[in-house]
Amino acid sequence: MKMDAIAADPLLAVTDLTVYRGQAKILDRVSLSLARGETLALVGESGAGKSTIATALMRLLDGAEVEGQADLSGAGDLLALPEAQMVRLRGRRMSMIFQDAGAALNPAYTVGRQLISVLRRTMGLDRAAARARAVDLFTQVGINDAEARLSAFPHQLSGGMQQRVMVAIALAGNPDLLLADEPTSALDVTIQAQIVRLILSLTRDRGASCIFVLHDLALASQACDRIVVLYAGQVVESGPAHDVLTRNRHPYTRQLQGCVLEIGRKDLLAPEGNVPSHDQMPEGCRFATRCPRALPHCATEPPPLAAADPARTGPLDHAFACWNPE
Amino acid sequence: MMKDMSAMTDPRQPPAPTRAPVFELIEVEKVFQIRRPGAGLRRDTVGLRALDGVRLRVEQGASLALVGESGSGKSTLLRVLLGLDAPTGGRALYHGRPIREVRAEGPRFARDVAMVYQDARGSLDPRMTIGALIAEPLRHFGIVPAGQVAGRVAELLARVGLPADAAQRYPAGLSGGQVRRVAIARALASEPSVLVADEAVSGLDVSTQAQLLTLLRGLQRDMGLTLVFITHDLGVASYLCEEIAIMYLGRIVETGPTDAVLAAPAHPYAAALRAAAPRFFEPLPEPLPGEIPSPLDLPPGCRFSGRCPMVQPDCQTRDPQLGRHGEGRAVACLHPLGAA
Repeated sequence: MKMDAIAADPLLAVTDLTVYRGQAKILDRVSLSLARGETLALVGESGAGKSTIATALMRLLDGAEVEGQADLSGAGDLLALPEAQMVRLRGRRMSMIFQDAGAALNPAYTVGRQLISVLRRTMGLDRAAARARAVDLFTQVGINDAEARLSAFPHQLSGGMQQRVMVAIALAGNPDLLLADEPTSALDVTIQAQIVRLILSLTRDRGASCIFVLHDLALASQACDRIVVLYAGQVVESGPAHDVLTRNRHPYTRQLQGCVLEIGRKDLLAPEGNVPSHDQMPEGCRFATRCPRALPHCATEPPPLAAADPARTGPLDHAFACWNPE
Repeated sequence: MMKDMSAMTDPRQPPAPTRAPVFELIEVEKVFQIRRPGAGLRRDTVGLRALDGVRLRVEQGASLALVGESGSGKSTLLRVLLGLDAPTGGRALYHGRPIREVRAEGPRFARDVAMVYQDARGSLDPRMTIGALIAEPLRHFGIVPAGQVAGRVAELLARVGLPADAAQRYPAGLSGGQVRRVAIARALASEPSVLVADEAVSGLDVSTQAQLLTLLRGLQRDMGLTLVFITHDLGVASYLCEEIAIMYLGRIVETGPTDAVLAAPAHPYAAALRAAAPRFFEPLPEPLPGEIPSPLDLPPGCRFSGRCPMVQPDCQTRDPQLGRHGEGRAVACLHPLGAA
């Protein structure tokens, strides 16, 4: 049983994950760890590689060359396993919630049929047992009149309801790693709050770990234990949410935080310029072209991820990659 | 003080109290006749009340945020303000005259009220250069003589923070943030006094959004523009707009100065929206139950009563009207928050 493993060893350890698409290096030596029962936020702007990390871990990345290692406790290196074994892991050990539930669900089948087929495959249930379990899951994700809703087609449900169905499907096989890729950014704010709380409470109840791909640092601080900040495919800072946000060392983290519009905020720290295109990406720190603290060697020498506190150097502790930190 | 005195004695400035607001909506109602759901091939229609009893004043130089979730009627309200849809009830006025009438008279209205669309890329012809796109309104409205068009295009590009060589490029060669700047430059080309923007910064990265918001706020202040900004983001409303109107199911449920409304919302829906906005390290709020009901099937009484955490028995029978609630504020609630 997976619960027998020692609590201290991480559920997931990603080392030097690098992804090439043609000539472009869209992820550059990304390393991160995830403890059991932990929620981790991957935060960054478009092109930062947040979704690429999640998709690469699920081995759903098409047309890209992947290097590095991603050890899932008890399963081995996700990037090296044969596809037949990945098929067994998906749904049972790890599953993914996509941003656009409407596009992720099959429009030709009822939502009940889609959930029941996952239950039968991952849990080995017979038709009747799977159906009873589906009603139970729909109730858990807050779908009223669950029995009747099983026979609804995706287009008959609102965006919020479709996302609830996605959550039910993702949790059907009791995975211990859930990857949620911007699960709420297509939804209205009051519905967003419902879905985030739903995902958090269901993963906590199951003792599962969750990686949230988010673009909102404030939401990350509310929902997640730890934060990994990405810029143009590189990890610039990572650690416990409180450390990353209140004692940040990387200029990009500070800048990203300065752009968050909290209500009542009248000063906005708008950064200069744009993310460079891949043919103009610096060899070293990719933020060097926009960094107010850049030194001459920043653009040529990649800064290593270093512990913020020399006494705490574990993979889950606060670390940053910068030659000239704040 | 000196500035105020000079404004009062300036003969070109009409005295403030008698001046009609830029936009005034009086009990505006918009009902769309749609095919009854499930009617099959029969031609039964049913009225969808997209706007119902909307009252709104937008003064010269004001900045107003229209906030609401999908289905709240924001976009219909925008179409009424632009004269694209005629209200089916009530009156929609521009400087005291019906908007549709002013619009029908000629290009003056279209020149004075400029629009920035949500899908900026979709609003630009992909086969035209940025320079030609910005020159189009300059020529159409005859803003400058033909010989000065290129110079004015360069000025507009500089004003929205784009490099001069952008004029030779095509929309496909620009980033999402740059395309939005082009849309803003195009809107400013006709020298409007009113800028209407529909979700002009949504779907962008936070740093790009911050750059655009800084630009828009600077433009609004420097050029004295009247700004009507549709957004679903209370943080954006709070940064950019002095006034706010919060909509729910075709009604304005609360309106007033943005800071006052957001500091102490009086309508439970406004309070719920306020609570749902992400805030650093605050615990995640208890979300509102349920979803916006269908506008074809409105609950009796207050239309928020089915989701309201403060609902009272009379809320299910009496439909609250927008009524005065303190200085410059109005709320449509029988039991507003903070009332004794």
